[in-house]
Amino acid sequence: MAKVILTPNQTPTLFLEAENITPDVFAGKDAAEIAALHGFVGKTTVTLGDYFTIEGAGGQTAADTTVVINGDVSRVKYIGMKMSAGELIVNGNADMYVGGWMTGGKITVNGDIEAFAGLGMTGGELIVNGNAGNYLGAAYRGDWRGMQGGEIRVSGNAGSDVGTFMRGGTIVVGGNIDVHVGTHMEGGTIIVKGDAKTRVGGQMVKGTIYVYGDIDVMMPGFQYRNDSDLEVDGDKGRFALYEGDMGERHPKKKGEVIYGQLYMKY
Amino acid sequence: MTDYLIKNGFVFDPVQGINGDKVDVAIKDGKIVDAGDVTNPTIIDATGMTVMAAAVDIHAHVAGPKVNMGRNFRPEDKLFNCTAGSGMKRMEGGFSVPTVLRTAYLYARMGFGFSMEAAMPPLYARHTHEEIRDTPIIDQGALPVFGNNWFVLEYLKENEIENTAAYIAWLLNQTKGFGVKCVNPGGTESWGWGLNCETVDDVVPYFDVTPRQIVSGLIEANEYLGLPHCMHVHGNSLGEPGNYGITLDTLKIAEGVKPQNDFGREVVLHNTHLQFHCYGGESYASKSFESKSKEVVNYINSVDNISYDLGVVTLDETTTMTADGPFEHHLSHMNNLKWANTDVELETGSGIVPFIYNPKTFIAGAQWAIGLECGLFIKDPMRAYITTDAPNAGPLCRYPRVYKWLMSAKARDDMLDNTLKYGDKIRERCYIGELDREISLYELAMMTRAGPAKTLGLSHMFGSLKPGLEGDVAVYPYNPETDTDDPEKIEYAFGNAAYLIKGGKLIVKEGEIVDMGNKRTFWVNAKVNENPMVERDISEKFRRYYTVTQNNYTVEGPHFVPNPYVIEVDATK
Ligand SMILES: [Zn+2]
Repeated sequence: MAKVILTPNQTPTLFLEAENITPDVFAGKDAAEIAALHGFVGKTTVTLGDYFTIEGAGGQTAADTTVVINGDVSRVKYIGMKMSAGELIVNGNADMYVGGWMTGGKITVNGDIEAFAGLGMTGGELIVNGNAGNYLGAAYRGDWRGMQGGEIRVSGNAGSDVGTFMRGGTIVVGGNIDVHVGTHMEGGTIIVKGDAKTRVGGQMVKGTIYVYGDIDVMMPGFQYRNDSDLEVDGDKGRFALYEGDMGERHPKKKGEVIYGQLYMKY
Repeated sequence: MTDYLIKNGFVFDPVQGINGDKVDVAIKDGKIVDAGDVTNPTIIDATGMTVMAAAVDIHAHVAGPKVNMGRNFRPEDKLFNCTAGSGMKRMEGGFSVPTVLRTAYLYARMGFGFSMEAAMPPLYARHTHEEIRDTPIIDQGALPVFGNNWFVLEYLKENEIENTAAYIAWLLNQTKGFGVKCVNPGGTESWGWGLNCETVDDVVPYFDVTPRQIVSGLIEANEYLGLPHCMHVHGNSLGEPGNYGITLDTLKIAEGVKPQNDFGREVVLHNTHLQFHCYGGESYASKSFESKSKEVVNYINSVDNISYDLGVVTLDETTTMTADGPFEHHLSHMNNLKWANTDVELETGSGIVPFIYNPKTFIAGAQWAIGLECGLFIKDPMRAYITTDAPNAGPLCRYPRVYKWLMSAKARDDMLDNTLKYGDKIRERCYIGELDREISLYELAMMTRAGPAKTLGLSHMFGSLKPGLEGDVAVYPYNPETDTDDPEKIEYAFGNAAYLIKGGKLIVKEGEIVDMGNKRTFWVNAKVNENPMVERDISEKFRRYYTVTQNNYTVEGPHFVPNPYVIEVDATK
């Protein structure tokens, strides 16, 4: 597999918008061609070469291209946006929109990421060995198509509004999560292994949320159904099932009413 | 001003009976002149290309409060859909609800010279005109909505045509409006009571008047005034299975009514987006739903005083927006997406819902078929105009795609066989399978230029290349002799005009927009005899009900209408 190594050589004064940093765009390009790819800082157009030292070359296709960023890119947005295949590894912190609208491939961030990561993603894997920001796996502002497929794993904590308008795929948060989880959720699974605060599953229609720890304040639109023993993401335990949001519409499938499901671990 | 001579093109001008002949077209001082009347003109070589008068859009939603609300509540419509400015052009963005600049550039690239904003809420006329002002290049007018207006409901309950006419004249003047639009007559007002008008004889609560009385009265008042355009109606029960009967009932209200105007207009009723009004059956399921386009268009073929536009569904993700508030509410409960709604005090209402016409569903495919059928069953193409009710049935940018479908049976079959999941079912439940008609370039010129110009009462300015008319000419990179092999060439050519001259100015040159033109706002100033009763009613309504005073209502001055083109009408006799 061909490898491209990007080493940041300066921190942007504003923020660098670098939607070109993907295996898809790098495929078939050598280091010089990659360095010439554009990005934006404010209203100015810059090149990746202005901000990174670039070594190696892309493979023939995205699938045989690995991109490694060695260093802090906490002022770089849109890393891995719309990527469809291949691998992207960030050894440092990254800013917003990591893996936004990605359809395949694998992104690993060994550090923290900011908001809107995995926005509207339909496939692939996004692994964060650190903390994630707000709107993880959510929908773009105004859109009703949040995360629809693939998997997001965050080892640390996540911010607020995770999985807003989520329709498919899985989000696993190893630590705690802030307010508004799975708002307007219409499918998919969110697993929170730590604690949640308030407004979990608000206006949820479909899909499943697991919370291992505490929920500070439950939504009033959820009703207790039963207890059961489950294995969730390799963790065995006894869970209480709540269904909701009762204030939302309730679609039917094969004559049966469908609700969002919220499992709380004992 | 530069003179232009467009040489060697294949010219299509139904008004003059020119059908693909190689005729030179000359422009001097902003007007079309005989080819011999220009001296030292700039030559435009149109060899191998199609030349027509600039197109005229009779019905699109491109400016005003609901368009802007659509932009505001659909940021995702602009996501990945913006183009940076270059040369003359500023940044443009949006797909189904484009920015005013993209609207202008799109129209220019498609070779349009005039567009009618199809629904202006009078109370928000100021906003509508600000957007029209900010849309360069094309000339525009706007139709204020009257079908649920309290004045109109009260006058027409008693069949007071003269008072209705006096009120229309006043409102056109106040809002700088062009004509009379009527959306879901009575239904939007009924919705204030949680009801709707589903047939032409349902009674509007409190006002005690029916859609039939409203439509009939507005037609009569329109002809009493002798306005350039006729009464422009979006009937009751839009989009409902089985609504074709209501459509026929609405159309029959015009039976026997003669046009009265000095503008050469021959129709008294324009039924907009006919596609949405031609449904049979009792549900959207394929076992029940069916096309009734043939029945409706056959009726229109049998009379001579009705025109319509198609409202073709383009199978895109789009944004629906209409003054038909109850319909949008209904729609939002069908697709469960976001919904915006406004009640415009005393006048009308409005709703907005994003909508995906999914080619994998039977119903969207059937709607697509019905829109095209409406264009293919017409006997006189001067009375059927090509629209997508933009953006309701499809975005503005899709007009060239609709031309392709109308002009090529092969392109339609390709859709039915390869794109639509239920192509065979659609052939069975609709008429599309039995239609092999292909609209010719000559007919296209009628359905996009000569026809709409005539029904808008603007045939003395637009729609033809007759000397004396506005110097509005479009040149398309389409060779009618050699480009007939591939329908995609139609779509490409009509979306990428090689040249557009508008009001004698070169706007598009070799496919590039090079000038922002001299945009005008058209409105109609109708003079009526003094009518103290209507004047009193107006001040009374402002005093008692409106949240604004008349001073904050009137559209006046260069801020709103910097470059007006006023059409005077005298109804005092
Ligand atoms: Zn419309």
